[in-house]
Amino acid sequence: MENSALDMCVCLCTDLFFSPVTKSQITRLHSRFTILDKGKTGNLRREDFMQIPELSINPLGDRIVQAFFSEALDDMINLRQFIRVLSKFQRTKENEEDNKLNSREEKLKFAFRMYDTDNDKKISRGELLVVLNMLVGSNTPEEQLASIADRTIIEADMDGDRMISFEEFCTSLERTDVEEKMSIRFPH
Amino acid sequence: MTWSSMCMYLKIAVAIFIILLFVVMVLAAIGKSLGVREKYVEILLWAFEYGREKIEKAERKNNKKDSSEVEDEFSERNSYSTSVISRAVKLHPESPGPRKFSRTMSRTLETLNREFQLDDAMEFVKAGMEAIIEDEVTQRFSAEELPSWNLLTRTNKNYMYINLKVTVMWGLGFCLRYLILLPGRLILFFMGVGLLTVFTAAIGCVPGGNDRLKRWMYWHISLMCFRILSQAISAVVKYHNSENRAKGGGICVANHTSPIDVVMLASNNCYALVGQRQGGFLGFLQRALGRATAHIWFERFETKDRTLVTQRLKEHVENPEKLPILIFPEGTCINNTSVMMFKKGSFEVGGIIYPVAIKYDPRFGDPFWNSSKQSYVHYLLMMMTSWAIVCDVWYLPPMTRGEGETAVDFANRVKSEIAHQGGLVDLVWYVH
Repeated sequence: MENSALDMCVCLCTDLFFSPVTKSQITRLHSRFTILDKGKTGNLRREDFMQIPELSINPLGDRIVQAFFSEALDDMINLRQFIRVLSKFQRTKENEEDNKLNSREEKLKFAFRMYDTDNDKKISRGELLVVLNMLVGSNTPEEQLASIADRTIIEADMDGDRMISFEEFCTSLERTDVEEKMSIRFPH
Repeated sequence: MTWSSMCMYLKIAVAIFIILLFVVMVLAAIGKSLGVREKYVEILLWAFEYGREKIEKAERKNNKKDSSEVEDEFSERNSYSTSVISRAVKLHPESPGPRKFSRTMSRTLETLNREFQLDDAMEFVKAGMEAIIEDEVTQRFSAEELPSWNLLTRTNKNYMYINLKVTVMWGLGFCLRYLILLPGRLILFFMGVGLLTVFTAAIGCVPGGNDRLKRWMYWHISLMCFRILSQAISAVVKYHNSENRAKGGGICVANHTSPIDVVMLASNNCYALVGQRQGGFLGFLQRALGRATAHIWFERFETKDRTLVTQRLKEHVENPEKLPILIFPEGTCINNTSVMMFKKGSFEVGGIIYPVAIKYDPRFGDPFWNSSKQSYVHYLLMMMTSWAIVCDVWYLPPMTRGEGETAVDFANRVKSEIAHQGGLVDLVWYVH
């Protein structure tokens, strides 16, 4: 029973979504999904993610989990959605079409969503301050954080609206090796 | 064959059988071994190597067919790496508190202050995703994955390429384990338990005032019975540094993988056991042992009362005539790849701590007890149908709490000694 569901998943993933994960990786992720799904419901909830100790102390932990649930109904995700989000972190091979899930643009979109909480496709000063607070810690004085936020916006903002749009975000990270920073190596 | 000649053969078989059991008992009592189990383990190792070579050859043939699916950089198999992903950065808690992380990130917090870039979030995102795929803690609660198959179906998760020769070997192994080894082991098991019950009752009947006699009797009987029990699971144990064995008035601490740990340790030294009173088979054993010497059994409601627990432990430790206490400070069974944070209770009692590291060889049988998945009886059956239980026990030099050292720091010091000796990962996480 489990194997046929897995095969269906493989088909779905490779046909419908052009997902760049291999069959053995899907098997691994399925096994991981089952371990995280403590209640054996076939779905994961936010609590299932936050029970991972290393994720709960990650400053962006909540945001990362939110990225899984952005298209979820009833705050639950199934295996397909789980793999779909994780496949964005597959390494990009050269000479591949850009509409795959793990393209540079998808990775940048994911990083952008970490900042843009209200989903208005722009990072405001307030949103940037919140993330800075999370990353840098609460024992840094407010003025220092504010000046870092202002500096960052001035450097990236090109159309003068004092917010960072997605295009401005991409432009300011032109010289960053996004593939390296947002890719996970699977050994087999 | 006539009826009478069959009867005669049967009588001879039974006689040989009883003699064998007697020999086992005598050998266990004097602590000598014929070396049969060691030879058996060597043969098994040869068989596993053979199986592994065959599987790898078959895999390489199959891999050539669908090489487009395999990532080119990592196509040579690193057969000793079982982690799913190679991780650049891991977050650790500096102290068990929210939102604090150590300096393992590539930029320190000061430079982050001065040179914050928009892509700094990416490091944390990547670390978070890696933790979702594979993290240090959750994987310790399922059985350790083996780099190559050991011919037991229960470990055959990833090995899909099996050819005829290996299947035949597996079939032979199955017959050997279930039809020949299992009955023999069951007999030894019942013999061990039976002898333990009878002899501990006998010690209990010895009139009071003969404490030295009782202790002498218990020492030999306990060793003998536990040795028979360890034969019942075909345990091949190597003891290192026996001069550091625990003595009366001390506390022995060890890492915990399964209830079998007690059998391993009690085959070489006598301990006073600590635990909650159970029902059923374990409760029966507890009562039997309790008749012969002082163990520390708690009722369920008593375990909540920390001062009571510490009090009773202290009373026991202060009497050097009593046996050393055996405690597993992790509080639960871990899968023998790492050591979790020790609970500090046993380190507050005082007295000398005798650390012991136990490392099982997972190729012969997986001793990890996943108490949420298996009942105790099911677990014992799994043990008795594995090839063998091979482990190393290291007795580490005794340690005492330093001046002004807190119990937590002392516990961590002991824990890292144990992890270091056993080749286990020293984790900073608690078990909840």
